[in-house]
Amino acid sequence: MSATPEPFLGTIDHTPVRHHILSVLVENKAGVLARIAGLFARRGFNIYSLAVAPAESGARFSRVTIVVDAESAPLEQIVGQLDKLVNVVAITDISPKDALERELLLATIKTDVDNRTSLLDIIANAGAAIVDVDTKSVTVMLAATPGGCDELERALEAFAQVELHRTGRVALPRLGKTASA
Amino acid sequence: MQITGAQALIKSLEQQGVEVVFGLPGGAILPVYDPLIDSSIRHILVRHEQGAGHMAEGYALATGRPGVAMVTSGPGATNIVTPIGNAHMDSTPLVVITGQVASGSIGTDAFQECDITGITMGITKHNFLVKSAQEIPRAVAAAFHLATTGRPGPVLIDVPKDVAQSMMDWWYPSTIEEYDLPGYRPEVALDEDVIARAVALINESQRPVLYVGGGTLKSRASAELLAFAERTGIPVVTTLMARGAFPDSHAQHLGMPGMHGMYTAVTAMQKSDLLISLGARFDDRVTGRIPAFAAGAKVIHVDIDKAEFNKVRHADVAVQSNVAAALLAFDAASATPRNLDAWWSEIREWQEQYPLVYAEPSHEGPLRPQHVIEAIAAKAAPGTIVASGVGQHQMWASQFWKYEEPGTWVNSGGAGTMGFGVPAAIGAKVGRPDRTVWCIDGDGCFQMTAQELVTARAEGVPIKVAILNNAYLGMVRQWQEMFYEERYSEVYLSADLPDYVKWAEAMGCVGLRATNLKEMHEAIDIANTINDVPVVIDFRTDSSEKVFPMVAAGASNDDIMVHPLQRGGSK
Repeated sequence: MSATPEPFLGTIDHTPVRHHILSVLVENKAGVLARIAGLFARRGFNIYSLAVAPAESGARFSRVTIVVDAESAPLEQIVGQLDKLVNVVAITDISPKDALERELLLATIKTDVDNRTSLLDIIANAGAAIVDVDTKSVTVMLAATPGGCDELERALEAFAQVELHRTGRVALPRLGKTASA
Repeated sequence: MQITGAQALIKSLEQQGVEVVFGLPGGAILPVYDPLIDSSIRHILVRHEQGAGHMAEGYALATGRPGVAMVTSGPGATNIVTPIGNAHMDSTPLVVITGQVASGSIGTDAFQECDITGITMGITKHNFLVKSAQEIPRAVAAAFHLATTGRPGPVLIDVPKDVAQSMMDWWYPSTIEEYDLPGYRPEVALDEDVIARAVALINESQRPVLYVGGGTLKSRASAELLAFAERTGIPVVTTLMARGAFPDSHAQHLGMPGMHGMYTAVTAMQKSDLLISLGARFDDRVTGRIPAFAAGAKVIHVDIDKAEFNKVRHADVAVQSNVAAALLAFDAASATPRNLDAWWSEIREWQEQYPLVYAEPSHEGPLRPQHVIEAIAAKAAPGTIVASGVGQHQMWASQFWKYEEPGTWVNSGGAGTMGFGVPAAIGAKVGRPDRTVWCIDGDGCFQMTAQELVTARAEGVPIKVAILNNAYLGMVRQWQEMFYEERYSEVYLSADLPDYVKWAEAMGCVGLRATNLKEMHEAIDIANTINDVPVVIDFRTDSSEKVFPMVAAGASNDDIMVHPLQRGGSK
């Protein structure tokens, strides 16, 4: 999901100044995601990644984790406009330095006898796991920091990839750090 | 009590105290029109759905109460998109009800289906697609709550035909909690520290200006503004959206700022050391080139919508509040600027040097549009409401009519919607039947929505329309003359085609024409004697007249161009 044609895979700049993480509690109602995406598009705010799932309170609310480009518009503007969406219940702004960020990567890689050993090394070094195997390919899973996922993605470039998906990150404030609401 | 969703919808509108709905029926909304027959609510049957929307806006702007419009699905819904967008730009409280195809047909490209909640997502404060009849009372109550609180705006309720037809157990939410809006918190408590910082800025200011925007009218803060301005002696400017918030006759009023603002209003802001912005949003039509706008001024920005802070201009102090509460807090802290005598003597010099002027009209015509407006105003009853379209005539109507109270100026500001005038005037007159309502219109605007005069005649809404007929799309012509080397591209309309008098008569109105000063006065006098049917006067005006003062698009407000009669001096 991106407000601009720019693909996000492999292009995320992880330097702390550029992006910000907004953890947004929304009503779990039809069209809420379209309202958020439409707002970002029409105001010219860029989204790096966006992850949605039912929130802790059950079916009534969902949590949307949005990684925003804090240079496409001032964060204050993004939060202010987002807060005006009636279905948005609460916004937590987590600064990257105070955030515990995780992302899931799934990749299916073609394997043969020549590359199998080096692939297994890479998987082991990254702390990734093999979650599916057949005679010609393996599917690798990694839950790690976005930087960790970037590293694995780069390492896997040497292999013939069938498919690679990333979820976009979710985040919580580090213990002892307070997020600004 | 079991009733249909349609009955519940009408009953819910009655619960909200709705007295009038502007609309036009069609297939998907048919079930809702049936119980309307038995309702106390008045329905105004429009000739085009755009008219319904602008009438609801005119009603809201003149009365301060939310306007309600009801149309069918598909083209009925898309035809009201322009008024919804207009109301969104001007923060006008509106509740729009659209019919939708039956729930089971949604998404199948059914006859007269369109995704109106998707289309209006970006131009409503919120919208609802109602899924069951039982939900209708909540949706209506929530819609009115959203439309009228916080920063007001348009809210749309889309009602599928089967939902309107199915049965429900009547109920109505009695508390805000039952509206089920967990993410909506329109009112915020005033922050004492923020008020203290604002007061400190006011206390040290020597050249302050009260920059009054539409939010002052929306929060009904005119009395608080008058009290604060008179206690502090601070000069006041009122934007296009705030005309009437502060009396034009008041000695502290410098007039409208911006692209076609009064020289003194524009210049006082430029030279100010403190702008106290009250429900204004630093629109590009006010600021001109932003880096050059009031460069030496600090800014206190009062707004109910925190997303307005630092959007265009850095706010030294941002006060999230409705305007009335903020002014009361400033007063309670006795905020008082320093001695303003030097500031006022500068201001008085500008006023003396650059008042609003126009060339002397000749007896034979063509008429001067500014003179026509002054002539109508001179003979208008106190409290007359003026509605306008968009363009030169709108700027002259803002400049040359004197507005003394809220709700007397009805216009399309942010969106600049041509054709707004006639239907908005009708809506205003429906809401304030005790008042005289003049629509100051242009010939281009009139042709866009004039069919609603049929509505006005049929419904007994006797508005008066002054067409300033210069045979051109005048504002575009002005720009082509000034900035496109007089290369006039597609702006000529003809003064005689259509024949406005015959057209007015065909619509059941009185049609009059004035080409010289004698006819002008006679036509206005005749119009003032007619109170049972609408009157249209075709005033033949000079097509070379331009709106001054003017700040060219993208130019600094320092480079304001005054009227040619005033040039030769420094400007």
